[in-house]
Order: sequence, then structure tokens, then C-alpha cells
Amino acid sequence: MTKVVERKPLSLLERTYLPSIVGGLQVTWKHFAKSVLKGKPLTMEYPEEKWVVPEGYRGAPYLVKDQEGDTKCVSCQLCEFICPPKAIRITPPGPDGAPADRANAEKMPKEFEINMLRCIFCGLCQEVCPEEAIFLQRDYSLTGTSREAMVYNKQRLLELGGIHGGIQKWKHKLEEAREQEAFPVREA
Amino acid sequence: MSNVATTAPAPAAPPPVEKLKIKVDGREIEVPKLMPDWQGRLQPTTMLQACQIAGAEVPHYCYHPKLPVAGNCRMCLVEFGTPMMGPDRKPVLNPDGTPKIAKSVLPYEPGTPRGAIACATPISPGMEIYPGSAATQQMREAVLESLLINHPLDCPICDQAGECKLQEYSVEHGQANSRFVETKVHKPKAVDLGPRIVLDDERCILCTRCIRFSRDIAGDDALGIVNRGSYNTIAAWKEGAFDNNYTLNTVDLCPVGALTSRDFRFKMRVWFLKETRSVCTSCSTGCNITIGSREDVIHRYEPRDNDAVNAAWMCDAGRLNYKWVGRPDRLKEVRRRNADGTSDRIPWETAIREITARLSNAVSGSVAVVASARQTTEELHLLKKLANRFGAITDSVPRTGEADRLLVSADRNPNSNGARLTGIAYTEMGIRLPEIAEGIRSGSIRTLVVFGEDVTQHGIGADLLARLETLVVSDILPNPTTAAAHYLLPGCAHAEKRGTYINGKGRLQRFLKAVEPHGDARPEWEFLRELVTAVTAQAVPATLEGLFNEMSDGIPAFGGVRWAGIGDLGVNVTI
Repeated sequence: MTKVVERKPLSLLERTYLPSIVGGLQVTWKHFAKSVLKGKPLTMEYPEEKWVVPEGYRGAPYLVKDQEGDTKCVSCQLCEFICPPKAIRITPPGPDGAPADRANAEKMPKEFEINMLRCIFCGLCQEVCPEEAIFLQRDYSLTGTSREAMVYNKQRLLELGGIHGGIQKWKHKLEEAREQEAFPVREA
Repeated sequence: MSNVATTAPAPAAPPPVEKLKIKVDGREIEVPKLMPDWQGRLQPTTMLQACQIAGAEVPHYCYHPKLPVAGNCRMCLVEFGTPMMGPDRKPVLNPDGTPKIAKSVLPYEPGTPRGAIACATPISPGMEIYPGSAATQQMREAVLESLLINHPLDCPICDQAGECKLQEYSVEHGQANSRFVETKVHKPKAVDLGPRIVLDDERCILCTRCIRFSRDIAGDDALGIVNRGSYNTIAAWKEGAFDNNYTLNTVDLCPVGALTSRDFRFKMRVWFLKETRSVCTSCSTGCNITIGSREDVIHRYEPRDNDAVNAAWMCDAGRLNYKWVGRPDRLKEVRRRNADGTSDRIPWETAIREITARLSNAVSGSVAVVASARQTTEELHLLKKLANRFGAITDSVPRTGEADRLLVSADRNPNSNGARLTGIAYTEMGIRLPEIAEGIRSGSIRTLVVFGEDVTQHGIGADLLARLETLVVSDILPNPTTAAAHYLLPGCAHAEKRGTYINGKGRLQRFLKAVEPHGDARPEWEFLRELVTAVTAQAVPATLEGLFNEMSDGIPAFGGVRWAGIGDLGVNVTI
């Protein structure tokens, strides 16, 4: 459906543009007075002064460890699959890979790389992760001297990511299984 | 024409098929009264087969068309009804004249539908099946809920994820939330069932497909179910004893992630794999396979259904015979050996030009060609053209092993019949190799062209190769023959090119390209075509399709089949 917007003809005063210019200058002078005369700057002295990002900000995605310091990622490669710019590259452990940090999880990535030059900070990796192992954190200023340096590997991602506790489902499964191994354990 | 290639052996005037009229979700269809069972014998048609003909999906786990029916997973439960019979054994009719249908209900609870497992219930005339009804849907939901009671829900670490029937049916027919609040039964994980199989008992839904396959197809009754009730687990009679040559088929059969391949375990998620239709090259059976590759790395072979060749199976040896394709020592450069023993890397154009020049000077009868029955039919055809130009002696190398009663052939060359039909080899393969060796020794053969074989293993030793004026070798991996070559042309594995093979029973099958060649390597037919064009000054079709069609026209046994007519399942040719 089209809606015709009526355009009113400008009055003589408006056609001189003077009211608009005066109005614009008022805003400019107001800010000038506030920041220069009263000493309240609107800008930030970056990078000496860093911006503190608000909660929920989507910064760089990093891998996290659980409360026991073990890698949470199980190399399911869902983030690699969902990643729109194909920034994530995971090398699965394969049949001969090292066992996972956590006893019952069976699997963890041999290598996990995020190309921060490709990353668009969309957060789909965090959303899709079934293990709560990757989170978009607060880093927004990533620099490096080469393209290779901007490909963060597993070790670096884990160091930057820090600890993020959780329900530890694999551990609980293992504990349950151990209890059942001793079946029948509980006597009344 | 007597030798017309057909897609199946021509049946001699099929007897009229007796048909039954039934209704599937209210739609009337005619289905044969009898249909082939897992062994191909005619048996009463089941409701599941009838629904498949009607195009109605019936989810199932334990049923497999190539295995005996077990009927234990209950997933294929459907609501159904049969025409109601009066006391006079005549159908009771509705007022509008249609037969009245008595829906199957619980005897003590007439309001509740009583489903039947579609995989094992034969149809009867006038039967009505309701695979889409609300009651059927409810049955599926309940069965899935029961199957998931003790399931660990560890999809993130399960190799089956992405091709798991439990995942698919849960999404399609299951419930979103689990009502189970008790502790799940935990079963053994990562059980060593055999040298190639790892079993995760927690994921198993006890469909017994693996047991039935091992017992009835592979003939090795190694698996069974032990323990009772919720503690039921699949086990081999002795730990690690599941070791026949067909064990990996159970991994394909397993509808969930219980049986996993040790070779493919944790290697790649299946949704990344590109699937390419190909043919196994490990013996002359030519099992149809699907190559799973990602970014030019082959991760697995899987059998592809073809009732004329391998049904739905393949042997473990053939399935695992892919690792050489990605070996780091693959030949990657075109090389020319100098008089002082050093060698240079040269471009393809130079190599083709120089070989052409050398061959053009060769006297008729002074050239011999040793081809390989591992090459494609098109390549052998081109080599034969080259050989015909010089009246060259040609042959290829036999390769034999032990056959078994299921799939493995004694002839371990995938294309022996291709070599015979193109005229490269004779009925007894390798019969002219001593003649070639003698010719080199006596000096009558001055030029040798070797493709894909190490002739030093077959009576033409390094001392004889050193006497040659020109030795042109094309191969994939380095060996003593490639080391002696004056011109070394790197070739491609079958996964890196297209072509056809003719299996031991005369089935012409084509395969497609899955991964890129290594380095400078090119498909042999490409550079052979350039060489043949330059040497014989004849036009040779520039595409593989054209080349195949030209070859087919020249060999009567092919019956004029076109590349496009081969299809995914191949055609029979006269051998």
C-alpha cells in the first residue's frame, strides 16, 4: 500500500535556512560549553583510558575451563559448523588422540583455532555449544603483527578464557556409574 | 543384438504377480501379495513393505531389508484394521456399501488401539494401515521414550551424531522433555569388542542388527546379549573376539552410536564429510562405496547398496585400504633423469614433448608396455592405442590372494577384465612378462612404458631396466621402478579421478572424483591422451565421457553403452 506524504511548502523564513543554522549552532555551543568550559569531556582518552564494556557485550570468543581446571570442550565441532565466517577450525583427537582431561568425557580437541580476523563476534558458537565451553568475553581490541598471530590456538584461547564452572555432567555420570559398579551397595 | 548391456540379468518372462488391494492412510493401493525377504525368497508382504510402496514412512530400528526380521525394537508399531466379518464369514458392509473395518484394539479395552509391528505383520486383503494416525504417533512417542530411558544423551561426543536414527526419530516422533527422574542404568563404555570395533553399551538400543549380521551374513556367531532386564548388554563371546573380516559392517548397521569404528573414532563429524560415489579397488569384486572426505582428506569408505555386486556390505580390509592415498611420500613431481643419475623437475609440456620425440624415433617392435589392472579402463584403452602405434608387446601384472565365501575375490586387481577387454592383457595375465624381460636382455626392446606397477618385482629387475634407452614410468608411490625411470609421471589414486572398472563378473562400474591430486600429479588419462594425440597424430576425445564412448564403440563386448548409461550401479558387459 502506498501512502502519499504531503510536503508542505517552506515559508520565506524557512527558505533563508537561518533558523536551522541557529538551531544547529545552539547544540554545538552547548556541548562546547559543557566539555571545554566546564571540563566535562564527552570523549575518552583511548587507549590510555579503557572503555569498560557493559554486561552481555559480545567480545572475542574464548574457550573456558571448568572449576577443576579441565578443558570443557569435547570437540563436537558444532561451533565450527555454525560459524558463519568459518573462523573456527577444530582438529578432532582421532582414534589415537590424547584422552580428555575429564575422565568420562572421552574426547577433547587436539587443536582448536579461531581466526580472530575472520570472527564477526556474532555469538553463534556460544549459543550452539552443548558443553558451555566457549563464551564471547569482554575483549574487543585484538591486535597482532601478522595474520598468523591473529589465529588463536587452543592453548591461548584456554589461557584467555579462564574458568567458568558448570554442572559437570560428565563427572556426575561417572559418579553414578561408579555407584552402580558397587551394586548392590546400600543395605538398609 | 546379442550382447546388449543391461542393468540387470534379463528375466525370462516374469510370472504374473498376484496383487492385493489395501489402504494406507485412507489411500487405496495395490501391492504384490509376495515380496522378497532378506534372502530374496518370496514371502508374504509385510505392512512395512506395503507402507514403503505407498510412500508412507514407518520409522524402524531393528528392521533391515538385508537381515532376518527380529521385531524387537517396536518402533514400527502402526495402527491398523481389517475388514469386519459377519458370523457367516462374509464381510460386513457399511450402509454405503464399503466394507466395514474393524480396527485392531486391545481385547480387554476396546477403546484403545492395539498396534502391530509393521516389519513382521503380513498384509491381508482389504486391510487398512494408518501410519499417520494420532494413535500411531502416540505409540512411536511411547516407544522412543522407553528407548531413551537409559540412553546417555552424549551426542556431543558420539560419532554417530548426524547420522543417528535415534536423533532423527526423536526430533520427528519423540517428546521434547524427558519424564524420567530416576538414575539411569550405566553400562560399560569403550568396550573392546574386536580389533576394529569399539562398543559403547550405554548407547545400545538392543536392536540386534549386529548380532543377526554376524550370525546370518558373516557366518561368525560372535555376538550376543548378556545380562537381564535393564542390564542387557551386547557382548562378544570373549572380549576382543569379534574379529572377522566383516565386522565394520555392523558399525554401518548400528542405528545408534553403540558400535563405532576404531579407525573412524573421533576423527571427523559426519556432517562435514563430502560423499562421493566410488568403487573399492582392493579386489575384483568391485564393491560399491561412498567415499567420505573433507577438504581433500579421505576419512572413511562406506559400502553403497548395489544388489548386483555387494548388496549392502564390504569387507574390513577393503574399507580400511584408503590410507595410502594421503601418504606424504606420494609422487608429486614430473621428473627427468639425466645421464649422470641426477634428476630435474620438469613441466608436463616438456615431458610430453620429449617423450613424444623419443617414441617417434622408436623402431616398430622395440617398445613394450606394462600396464596395471589397477588402472581405469579408459587409461588402458589409451595405452593400447599407444602400443598399437609401435606394435608393442603389452601385458599387466596378476595379483592374487585368498577368496572368501562372501565378497573377497581371489583376483586382487580391480580391473582385470578391463585389461583383458581393452587388449592390454591376455586371459592368463602376466604371461608375456618373461617375453618382455627377454626382449630387454637381448636388446630388441629399447623402450619400456610402465604404468602403476613395480616391474622389478615381476621379473624385470633393475639390471634390465638399466639397459633401456627410454623408460617411462607413471605411478602413485615411489618404488625401485620409479627410481630407474627416465621420465617419471606422477599419477592419481582412483579417488582423485574419474573412470570405470570392470569387475570379476563383468560389471562395468564408474567412480567419481572425491579429492584433489597431490602436487603436479594429474589423472593418467589426461596426460596419456596428450601423449597419444602427439604420437599417433590422431584426434582423441578430450573429455572422459567422450573417451569412454569412443572406447565403447570400439569394443563389441560393451554393447555400445554410453558413459551416461552406466549409472550409479553399473551395467553388465560380456566377458
